[in-house]
Amino acid sequence: MSELQQKLVKMVEQMPAFSKSVHQVLHLTADLNYSHKELVRIIDYDPVMTLKILKLVNSAYFGFARKVASINQAVVFLGMNTIKNLALSVATRGILPQLDRGGLHTGHFLTHSVGVATVAKMLARRLGATDREATDYFVAGLLHDFGKVVFSQFMPLEFQEAQRLAKERHCSLRIVERDLIGADHADIGSLLGEKWQLPPDLVLAIRHHHGDKDGQHDSPMLDCVNAANQITKLRGFGDSGSPIVEPLTPSAQARFGTDLEGLVASLGDLDREMKKAQVIIKL
Amino acid sequence: MKIRFWGVRGSIPFPGPNTITYGGNTTCIEVRTDANDLIILDAGSGIFPLAQTLFKELPLTCHIFITHTHWDHIQGLPFFIPTFIPGNTIHIHGAFDPINQGDLREVLSRQMEYCYFPVRETELKATIHYLTLRDRQVIKVGNATVSNLLMNHPVLNYAYRIDCNGKSICFTGDHEPLFNIYDPEDEDCDEYQSFMDQKNQGIIDFMRGVDVLIADTSYTRDEYPQKRGWGHGTYDSSIALARQIGARQLYFTHHEPTRSDRDLERVFQEALSRHPRQPGDPEFHLAQEGPVIEL
Repeated sequence: MSELQQKLVKMVEQMPAFSKSVHQVLHLTADLNYSHKELVRIIDYDPVMTLKILKLVNSAYFGFARKVASINQAVVFLGMNTIKNLALSVATRGILPQLDRGGLHTGHFLTHSVGVATVAKMLARRLGATDREATDYFVAGLLHDFGKVVFSQFMPLEFQEAQRLAKERHCSLRIVERDLIGADHADIGSLLGEKWQLPPDLVLAIRHHHGDKDGQHDSPMLDCVNAANQITKLRGFGDSGSPIVEPLTPSAQARFGTDLEGLVASLGDLDREMKKAQVIIKL
Repeated sequence: MKIRFWGVRGSIPFPGPNTITYGGNTTCIEVRTDANDLIILDAGSGIFPLAQTLFKELPLTCHIFITHTHWDHIQGLPFFIPTFIPGNTIHIHGAFDPINQGDLREVLSRQMEYCYFPVRETELKATIHYLTLRDRQVIKVGNATVSNLLMNHPVLNYAYRIDCNGKSICFTGDHEPLFNIYDPEDEDCDEYQSFMDQKNQGIIDFMRGVDVLIADTSYTRDEYPQKRGWGHGTYDSSIALARQIGARQLYFTHHEPTRSDRDLERVFQEALSRHPRQPGDPEFHLAQEGPVIEL
């Protein structure tokens, strides 16, 4: 791991969560008789809290034989009170500074992340995934752009410039990120996932969600996150700083048996699903 | 193997005339392997009277397994006299602290800090080895093995199973049977249930066929709804678990501190009348300080 990567890993370990969820966690848990499922829902929609809890539960401290891929699973394994205290320890670390110093709008970014998560879960169901698998796909969608949170916190100027150039050249943001920063957001997100021993299919979906190395990995989760990302951008749910909508990768197209437009049309009323998600993150 | 309870109360010691039969100390169980190796399950206040019996064995080697670090399971440890005596070797096992990311030594040392205790952990004279356990490790103690499994409590809690020459004991530590946090109409309900089923199956497989199950039985069935989520079992849940795993004997422990000897026997009898012994059922006992149980 390069020096820069080591520095990033360390910084992310200290990273606080998004303002909305910090307030919600503190407010909810002030009542001893808080709703357990409400707390899980808040964590489920915050990429920082989700990542930190998955990091802990998959760490060598526990040595669980099976990787833990969702918050519900973490609650069953570790117990509700331990998850509550983990969420509180993240919440009391402060509030993640607004992403706008890195050129992203926090609310739009969260809407995009939750949008990709929600659509990835719908696509999983369409492929006949079990409830558990569908939740794992949701987590992959939520975390796929985590690298952008890292960039916007730790190298905001470079990241802002990358977005400006991507818009100016009308090209994919990750290409400019590589030129300017030396790594793209998918590299950084997957690097963290790998370092923290998150489930391998989750790491793979983060790493290749833009379709590079397409065809080398037979991963329905990856295809769902790839497609969900483009669908969310196409429908204008939120904004992740990447200006262009790319076509489905050949493997995603083969898996769903249709192209991007066909897939969107087949999903029905996405607005209703997105509204439900937005109510939860209270944007 | 031999088992002796030195503490059977939950939460806080409550000595006095109302607890004289079953005992007022908090959790501590002495287990002697066939080779007379000493295993101590938990270090509640019961470890203090246990320590009084150990001076004839100096220099002492013992193996303490902490189910979890709530006060009633560790509060006797600073008063475990063998830790002050040079030449003794004490192995302490338990879980780590996932919130503060501390290992077992850090967690236990905190209760010996300046404000709480006059002797610092570093000043103890015995040789103390700490082993922070991952889930499902197997530790050898002479010709016995001790294995651990993560249960369900407000803090990480391990059940311990001891196997020695074909005999076995399992202590749940503090444990509440899992319940679904979702309502049946919630989208996540079935998924959560499937994780619960997986965990429950893991518990059953871990404990299957033990000769003695010692189970957290803090509450009665009627008390439980007010205490849901507090991390403890009931007479009914302990009986169900013992039946599922095919235990031969079941000891109910972690008695409520305010439950008098008379009340304890009453709620015990009520539970037994609700669950009359069936063929193949274990024998049911209230855990009691003092008597030695031979396997």
